[in-house]
Amino acid sequence: MLPELGKYTVAVLGAYGVTLAGFALLVGASLLRHRRVKSELARLEAARRQADER
Amino acid sequence: MAALLRRELLLALRSGGGAGLGVSFFLVTILLMPLGIGPESGLLARIAPGVIWVAALLACLLSLDRLFQADHEDGTLDILALAPLPLEAVVAVKALAHWLTTGLPLLVVAPVLAVTLALPGAAMPWLVAALAAGTPALSFIGATGAALTVGLRRGGLLLSLLVLPLYIPTLIFGARAVDLAARGQSPATAFLLLGAVSLGTLALGPFAAAAALRMNLR
Amino acid sequence: MSFWEYANPTRFMRLSGAALPWVAGLAALSLAAGLIWGFFLTPDDFRQGSTVKIIFIHVPAAMMAINIYVMMFAASLVWLIRRHHVSALAARAAAPVGAMMTVIALLTGALWGQPMWGSPWEWDPRLTSFFVLFLFYLGYIALWAAIEDPDKAADLTSVLAMVGSVFAVLSRYAVNFWSQGLHQGASLSMDRQENVSNVFWYPLLLCIAGFFLTFLALLLLRTRTEIRARRIRALHQRMAAG
Repeated sequence: MLPELGKYTVAVLGAYGVTLAGFALLVGASLLRHRRVKSELARLEAARRQADER
Repeated sequence: MAALLRRELLLALRSGGGAGLGVSFFLVTILLMPLGIGPESGLLARIAPGVIWVAALLACLLSLDRLFQADHEDGTLDILALAPLPLEAVVAVKALAHWLTTGLPLLVVAPVLAVTLALPGAAMPWLVAALAAGTPALSFIGATGAALTVGLRRGGLLLSLLVLPLYIPTLIFGARAVDLAARGQSPATAFLLLGAVSLGTLALGPFAAAAALRMNLR
Repeated sequence: MSFWEYANPTRFMRLSGAALPWVAGLAALSLAAGLIWGFFLTPDDFRQGSTVKIIFIHVPAAMMAINIYVMMFAASLVWLIRRHHVSALAARAAAPVGAMMTVIALLTGALWGQPMWGSPWEWDPRLTSFFVLFLFYLGYIALWAAIEDPDKAADLTSVLAMVGSVFAVLSRYAVNFWSQGLHQGASLSMDRQENVSNVFWYPLLLCIAGFFLTFLALLLLRTRTEIRARRIRALHQRMAAG
């Protein structure tokens, strides 16, 4: 299933691995912070709405 | 402006030998190089231009974080910003004072240290000339970095991260000019480019630094 | 309706929220297609062997590393002149992505250089410039993180981006002056004579599109996060004020 990479297997796989890992890190970190900030904002907005109703 | 310059110089000279510290740091750094690398004079002569220039960069960096910090803390900076003198001129005077107290002494010490590093005699005038042309740029670029980090509690470390990359062109042209002279080639191109970088930063640096200071004082 | 309407945070949130799934989907699609095409379906080069496959990530990453810096410069300029918050926050959101692209370009370059040039790192002008570019990204991110007040942070980082751009270009030429290079000349110019053959050219274009769209999706997502974080800050301040 893997193409024949010859003697450069480590270099090519390493390069693709580094790239995928870097992208995964970026996407993961961005999504994580996105989720945390979004729920925090929702909590604050809800608290403010309750305070307004009272 | 003359009064401000005199004040800056007096402060630098009186407050714990701020001026002497830069030169001492320069001395120590250059002393450490042969100790780390070995006493072989051929090798030392080869790396002398780079070593002297890197040490000069670090020595300039050392006193930068005090450039505006003390005046910011005691409110002098706010008064200077309100003074009839434009803030750009204040920045220029302060950078000039910084150069007079850190850059200028290096010019005097550098040839002596270059002898200990076995730099060929033909390169000596070029070493002094290149330092004379390049170190003002270090002070003026540094002033911009210091203005950016003035309000920060631990600005010193951040300042070095911001300023050192900006020193790269000066370092390359400055060290290259001396290196070419040491090999007996013409250092004119490198020297002229070094001068161009310096003149550019002298002209534009105060504006960038003053803009950053105004943002910090707002 | 002018272009600047999108600088309104509310409008930006609505629009970017609608666009984000499409951009992200397209990004994933083109990136996956490009990488699979490049990795599985291209032949080996007769001189470089299978290492040519690294071109499909090395070149797009390097392009993005530079383009993101240019985008940050433009966004900072817009902030300084027109004071649109979205612009400043977009510049902030882009910086870590650009730094990561620089790292990927450097690492894949090292892995490529090891078999081709015989060493993973050479003080070649382009490598050195990328190293310098990475330092500029680090300084920019660190300055954002160090300043409490968001507007002041936006101001000061914008000034840094201006000054940094001037010196980044200057360093590029200084570094050229300092050493001759190992890199081949432009193989990706618009009129690309016969430098890169079509077998490699099409998957490479697809990968470049994939990297760009991925950046765009991340930029939208991260800018939305920054806008929300800013709103949280404002709400906290309002509550503290009573």
